[in-house]
Amino acid sequence: MSTQKDFTTSYSPTWCPGCGNFGIFPATKMAMVELGLEPHQVVMVFDIGCSSNGANFFRVYSFHGIHGRALPVAEGIKLANPELTVLADAGDGGGFGEGISHFIHTARTNIDITYLVHDNHLYSLTTGQTSPTSGRGLKTKTAPAGVIDRPFNPLASALINGATFVAQGFSSDIPHLAELIKKAIQHRGFAFINILQLCVTFNKFNDQNWYKSRIYKLEDINHDSSDYNRAIAVAIREDNKLPLGVLYQVEKPTLLDELNLADKRPSIKQPLTEVDISKSLEKYT
Amino acid sequence: MLVNNFSWKIGGEAGYGIKSIGALLAKSMMRLGLFVFTYDEYPSLIRGGHNAFEVAVSSEPVHAPKRPINILVALDQTSLDQHLCELADDAAIIYNAKTVKVPSAFIPKKAKLFPLPLQEIVSKLGGEKIMNNTVAWGATMALLDVDLDFVKTMIESSFETKDPKIILQNIKVASEGFEYLRRSFSIKDFGYKVEKKENPGRMLMTGNEAIVWGAIRAGCQMYAGYPMTPSTSILHTMVINADEYGIICRQTEDEISAVNMAIGAGYAGLRSMTATSGGGFALMAESLGLAAILEVPLVIVEAMRPGPSTGLPTWSGQGDLRFVLGASQDEFPRFVLAPGDVEQCLNFLPLAFNLAEKYQTPVVVITDKYLAESYKSIDKASIKTIKIERGEVLGEDELAKIKEYKRYAFTESGVSPRSLPGTKGGLHLVNSDEHDEFGFSDENSETRVRMMDKRFRKIESAKQDLPLPILEGGSHADITLVGWGSTRGVILETLKSLENHGIRANFLQIVCLSPFPREAVINVLKKSKKIAIVENNKTGQLAGWLKENTGLDPNYKVLKYDGRPFFIEELTETIKEFL
Repeated sequence: MSTQKDFTTSYSPTWCPGCGNFGIFPATKMAMVELGLEPHQVVMVFDIGCSSNGANFFRVYSFHGIHGRALPVAEGIKLANPELTVLADAGDGGGFGEGISHFIHTARTNIDITYLVHDNHLYSLTTGQTSPTSGRGLKTKTAPAGVIDRPFNPLASALINGATFVAQGFSSDIPHLAELIKKAIQHRGFAFINILQLCVTFNKFNDQNWYKSRIYKLEDINHDSSDYNRAIAVAIREDNKLPLGVLYQVEKPTLLDELNLADKRPSIKQPLTEVDISKSLEKYT
Repeated sequence: MLVNNFSWKIGGEAGYGIKSIGALLAKSMMRLGLFVFTYDEYPSLIRGGHNAFEVAVSSEPVHAPKRPINILVALDQTSLDQHLCELADDAAIIYNAKTVKVPSAFIPKKAKLFPLPLQEIVSKLGGEKIMNNTVAWGATMALLDVDLDFVKTMIESSFETKDPKIILQNIKVASEGFEYLRRSFSIKDFGYKVEKKENPGRMLMTGNEAIVWGAIRAGCQMYAGYPMTPSTSILHTMVINADEYGIICRQTEDEISAVNMAIGAGYAGLRSMTATSGGGFALMAESLGLAAILEVPLVIVEAMRPGPSTGLPTWSGQGDLRFVLGASQDEFPRFVLAPGDVEQCLNFLPLAFNLAEKYQTPVVVITDKYLAESYKSIDKASIKTIKIERGEVLGEDELAKIKEYKRYAFTESGVSPRSLPGTKGGLHLVNSDEHDEFGFSDENSETRVRMMDKRFRKIESAKQDLPLPILEGGSHADITLVGWGSTRGVILETLKSLENHGIRANFLQIVCLSPFPREAVINVLKKSKKIAIVENNKTGQLAGWLKENTGLDPNYKVLKYDGRPFFIEELTETIKEFL
């Protein structure tokens, strides 16, 4: 049985004191421990940004990629080796900015991976520029007079594009978040968690009090996560409230189920020798 | 009477089966034991515009289209008007009697005219207008004195469709085209015919098909791609064969996704590749550098055509050499291979995979539209046996013996053994941040320098495995033609043609562009009396690269950048002027 320590490298976290990542980090490890996973069974694919510096801190098979492209890498890994538990981990900048098309299209595949997005409404590693989820009016380095564009809605986007597990967590509620991550990993299919996260250094507006006055738990209102229409309603509500918990979960065939490769699935274990193509070449004669 | 040596061309609107009937003619000639090479031109349209497809037929191996055209099939007026100037003096013109007017003042004096009531034949037999091409093909076979039975067999055995109704219909219209020509015209004084020779089981294949079969026989297990002409038929061919060979084939949302998916699968342990054209390769550029710093194997095929998403999307060119050599941020080792014909496509893909895995380095295989889509008849014996080399990958047992596994261990060869995710004892971080031997982010100046040097040592280590330039035509010559990629075919033909003019030329084909085979190239070129670089681009990209690497300046640069390949006759004339 592994412990959180087994999932922790010797590399000291470089996040600012009070950073929301200090909540998401243990919650993620807690989920993996509780699921009985061993570090070598897990691959985490990281985007870039503050959250993705976590690549150095998680003791798993870690992949630190480029901006916005964590999902296709994670899909490639899962397709190559379905035995692995694969998580993609990004921020709202990479995940919903440069990587937005991958988010939409990976949801459509229902590949069995978990996607965690650390959503602090800002680009923080680059010192505080506007992100796709920055609220209207938020004053940022690149919008000194306040953000004009309407914020991107990650939950609704995941829902309407076919994600089969859609949830929202909060970096300050570690046990609740750990439970969500556990459920997401257990879910067979594309599981997305939007994690509301504090950035104490650059986002003084969306602070602990701001979140505390808006969040509520879906379990407290007896939300039925099998009801797609309810989930949509919760995701698009405009009452300034922020739901926490599983908005929607449904079992559907995964990409690997539907590729239907059966015994012909390529395996990383199969020793490769020259493949005999002579039969196929007949049609060229 | 010229036997078994001629060029045939068909022209018509897009959507009228120009390419399929051209390929059928090429296959027919190949089955009759002859060698063929095809070249087609078409605009980026689904209907309308002008499509043309030509087939060079010979009793000897043929590597390029040959002009003049001996038989022209004009399904519409444009086809006649545009290609009149390409005709041999004694050419035959088979044309749609109803829609094509032959301006007697402009046609070659000895030309033979064969007006055919294409549409009437098709209608009478209850066929569709699209079958006009099949009638014309049948007539061509009659003109070349081929058996009618063979005409029927060809349709039965080569049509993609298995619908017996469509096959029967096509046999009917082809046979009537054949018989109509026989009934209505004498072919006695037409100067070209076909005589069946022994067919040792040759194959007719395009460069793209050869890329796919080269990849499949090398054990490719994962393919991710996004459509872009002229790379698209790689995706088409891969996807229809994926199930049989246990390959995961995905069309992704864009090229960035495709290359990252291939990187992910390659990292996890599958032989993976992607293919695109220049515009798509531009999107992949950052990820190319990612694969390099992660030291994850990656094979990318870049099939060139001029311009961005638009440009000259269905034409050919070699304008991306410098782009491929320099693409992406920072500096890193890369292997760039340029096959020059269908056979080399079949044989270079296995090498590309071996290099990618053995040296954990990205490999770009660079081709172009002309190579990608031209058919060539090849001998099966030209497919060389391969050895699959996957580089050092540590298993659980080996890892158990290591105290501390370092994914990026500083080694003499520059190659650090991999461990695949899922393997106990091999945990590590593959990191796009500059990193230490474990993979942890490290911006220390010493680490950076040592890690860069380690990665670059792989170039020296790989030298033994890299293909040397190929010298054709002997070591003594009046002039050495230097080229890369698809110009191989036309240059080989030009050597023969120059010899007929009493000029001895040889040809140096540089097949590995990066790292540049400096010594081997210098050894050949220092003996050359004159050097002419032949390239399908405006600025002489290979010429510049050659100079940068060897200090050598070619005496001549022969450059063509109109979207068309070189033709034997024009290249021969150009070279002749240099001597």
